[in-house]
Amino acid sequence: MTQGSLLRQILEYENRHDPYPLYAELRKTPVLNEDDGAYVVSTYHEVLSLLHDPRVSSDSRNMTQSAGIDLQDQQEEETTLPPSFIRLDPPEHDRLRRLTNTSFGPPHEPRRVHEMRGELGGIVSDLIGGIGDSGRIDLVEQFSYPFPVTVICRLLGVPREDEPRFHGWADTLAASLDPMPGEDPTERDKLTQKARTELGMYLAGLIEERRKNPQKDMLSELAVHKGPDGSMTTMELLSTAALLLVAGHETTVNLITNGMLTLLRNPQVLERLRTDPDLSVPLVEELLRFEPPVQLVPNRTTLADIEIAGVTIPKGASLWLVVAAGNRDPLRFEDPDRFDPDREDVRHLGFGSGVHSCFGAPLARLEAQVALSELARRLVNPRLLEDPPEYRRNAVLRGPRHLPIACDDIRP
Amino acid sequence: MPADGYLERLKREGRIVVVGASLAGLRAAETLRTEGFAGTLTMVGDEPYEPYDRPPLSKGVLLGRTTPDHTALPRRRALEADWRLGTAATGLDMAAKRVRLDDGEEVEYDRLLITTGVRARPWPHDGEAGLDGVFVLRTRDDATALQKRLADGPRRVVVIGAGFTGSEIASACRERDIPVTVAERGASPLVGALGGVIGQVAAELQREHGVDLRTGVMVTGLEGDSAGRVRAAHLSDGSSVETDIVVVALGATRNTEWLAGSGLGAGPRGIACDAGCRAFDIRGIVTDDVFVAGDVARSPHPLFGYQFLSLEHWGNAVSQAETAAHNMLCESVDRRPHMWVPAFWSSQFGVNIKSVGVPSMGTELLISQGSLAERRFVGVYGYQDRVIGAVTFDQARWLPFYEHLIQTTAPFPPPFPTVDRRPEGARPVPADFPDPSVPTHGPTVTLSGYSPADRRMTFTPGRH
Repeated sequence: MTQGSLLRQILEYENRHDPYPLYAELRKTPVLNEDDGAYVVSTYHEVLSLLHDPRVSSDSRNMTQSAGIDLQDQQEEETTLPPSFIRLDPPEHDRLRRLTNTSFGPPHEPRRVHEMRGELGGIVSDLIGGIGDSGRIDLVEQFSYPFPVTVICRLLGVPREDEPRFHGWADTLAASLDPMPGEDPTERDKLTQKARTELGMYLAGLIEERRKNPQKDMLSELAVHKGPDGSMTTMELLSTAALLLVAGHETTVNLITNGMLTLLRNPQVLERLRTDPDLSVPLVEELLRFEPPVQLVPNRTTLADIEIAGVTIPKGASLWLVVAAGNRDPLRFEDPDRFDPDREDVRHLGFGSGVHSCFGAPLARLEAQVALSELARRLVNPRLLEDPPEYRRNAVLRGPRHLPIACDDIRP
Repeated sequence: MPADGYLERLKREGRIVVVGASLAGLRAAETLRTEGFAGTLTMVGDEPYEPYDRPPLSKGVLLGRTTPDHTALPRRRALEADWRLGTAATGLDMAAKRVRLDDGEEVEYDRLLITTGVRARPWPHDGEAGLDGVFVLRTRDDATALQKRLADGPRRVVVIGAGFTGSEIASACRERDIPVTVAERGASPLVGALGGVIGQVAAELQREHGVDLRTGVMVTGLEGDSAGRVRAAHLSDGSSVETDIVVVALGATRNTEWLAGSGLGAGPRGIACDAGCRAFDIRGIVTDDVFVAGDVARSPHPLFGYQFLSLEHWGNAVSQAETAAHNMLCESVDRRPHMWVPAFWSSQFGVNIKSVGVPSMGTELLISQGSLAERRFVGVYGYQDRVIGAVTFDQARWLPFYEHLIQTTAPFPPPFPTVDRRPEGARPVPADFPDPSVPTHGPTVTLSGYSPADRRMTFTPGRH
């Protein structure tokens, strides 16, 4: 096996169900220069340091064309929406993220997420109550997908009945993050562009409506907000809303599904959680380390030569930060391949770190805590029907497409 | 020291006394237990309260968002200690290994840890300091009393000294819509800690939030009314300010008086110790059984030219306490040095301010990211062509990178581009620290002296 082929193997679909042995192989070369010029960084301290390094840019306009596995040369410029703040550097990133925060978090809305706990519990309860045949449950279709989607719709103020429409767009946009698409890339770019445009037009209609008739939801607040940073332009608002909608869709689904899969593989932990819902707090942190929904961050580039772990990454290189490999780095975590919710020091990279650390982290945490503790409590004698289950194609946003499980009964 | 089983006995049945029951004392005690100390643990604290957290006292408590009795420090584990709270230590007999307490008792120790910290420097004129309405802010009781008076809706508050504590108090007053005057002897707020360039940003911040900021002036006297309540502060420029409350925020004094005559190397600057937290005696010889940690300790730091640093920093107290506790239970070869890179944060006027390294050693400043005018930036301090410190205003997430530059003695100015570099960050400017021989407020970092160690040993070669 040549070193240069490692990343490609990780991206191959056949390794999706268990990329961790390949990550271990990858960590032997903490900063790996791929044949095509990309630099893959896989060890904890190196990934963390690059996430905080101001010489690393997230702005695709700083990418040189030569770098990377034929990856996202198509970019947002060609489409109708400007880049969302995840693909911008400060100060534009900071401004948009701050503006978004005025309706989501401290200091303006310090309790917004916390106060959603009851509402989340209600949604979870309804979904579990509606499962029906407990002999064959697809946890993804029946629970892990509809739950965060309902939540993000309510939070943003997107009508739940429109969900089938944007489900398709969100799927396409999430798939565009997959560095190794199965199909023809040109065709995929076209589809991605079309989805962004359609989603943008859909959101533009909603926002127009909210401007005239504001509600108590994030879209309204963002549309009418005026503060020290001014307000978002309509185009910025559309990108931001699209980002929140897609990110709210595709990551928590995997966090919850990966979580249930991990619990079913560790039945003693599942049993503890059943009787002690408070265990869900450290358990979700460990889960974010052990099976992070976002496995790698592929879209960074260097503004200068950066020397790290004895390697000089040249200016303009394409940088892949494999956070899931860092999370299992034995130099950082003792016995890293063991799922241990009692782990004391679990400063994982599951939400990234630095200025781009996951904006939705507080909500994702709460959703996963509520979902997993309630599943553990209500499903009687749950078991996996397929292990490993079928995975989604995506290597970046990794998780099962279906999770067939069965249980004897569902407690009220 | 030969391994004659002493440490095993100490761990099993020894006596350890911790004098100072605040953050450093508590974390040290927890570490002692975690590392297997099963003997008698005595915690001596002069305040009647369990260990509590101080940063909220000048922030959440003054804003009325939390109460002082909600600032108790979370416990990491059960301690099974003998708590002597409300009891001050009054003396130390190193030969007999005893600590004298103000209730007349004595406690014997096999190993002693001193974490007595600092106290607020009082207003120097006794009569005026005793006026009703004159406060300092260091302890839970201070915060309780001050917050109560702020809640009464005073006409005006005068804050003497615009260091971090003074500025945070002014911020809390403005957030509560209380008129406040800040009198600062230096040219701007925070000037001693961060220099004049950043100080100017802090000054604008205060004025924009409606603070009546007077710089370059001293308070020459406090005037009381016939009932003994403060009614005015007189300034060196001849003006005076009518007020109901005066908060004296002139830095801190180290709690070492109780060690006078003990033979320990303790003085107004703290207790000198080696990098492993063992205290020096007055002859400059390191002790075997007396350890120090936290604000009261003063230890040499190889990264900063072996200068003895005493740091009033929360994170330093925790880290030094853990190191001290570890070393108290170790053979010398297993001891760890306390190599914490100074780090500090403050929250005022809606801005999160953080620093790493020792900015006050810096002679030059480069705004490497963001902009002073927007008050969101990273400032890097240079000293003899290396990076010695950094400060952020609402940009804290970049700080670990700059900490790494400090740890690796990276060249100054940094030769690479960064995201969010503005024209003003094209070249360094003088950091504009005041002449150290002219007092401002109490600096947050005190630098003095050198260890007798070979200074060339750990320096990274210069990059001239």
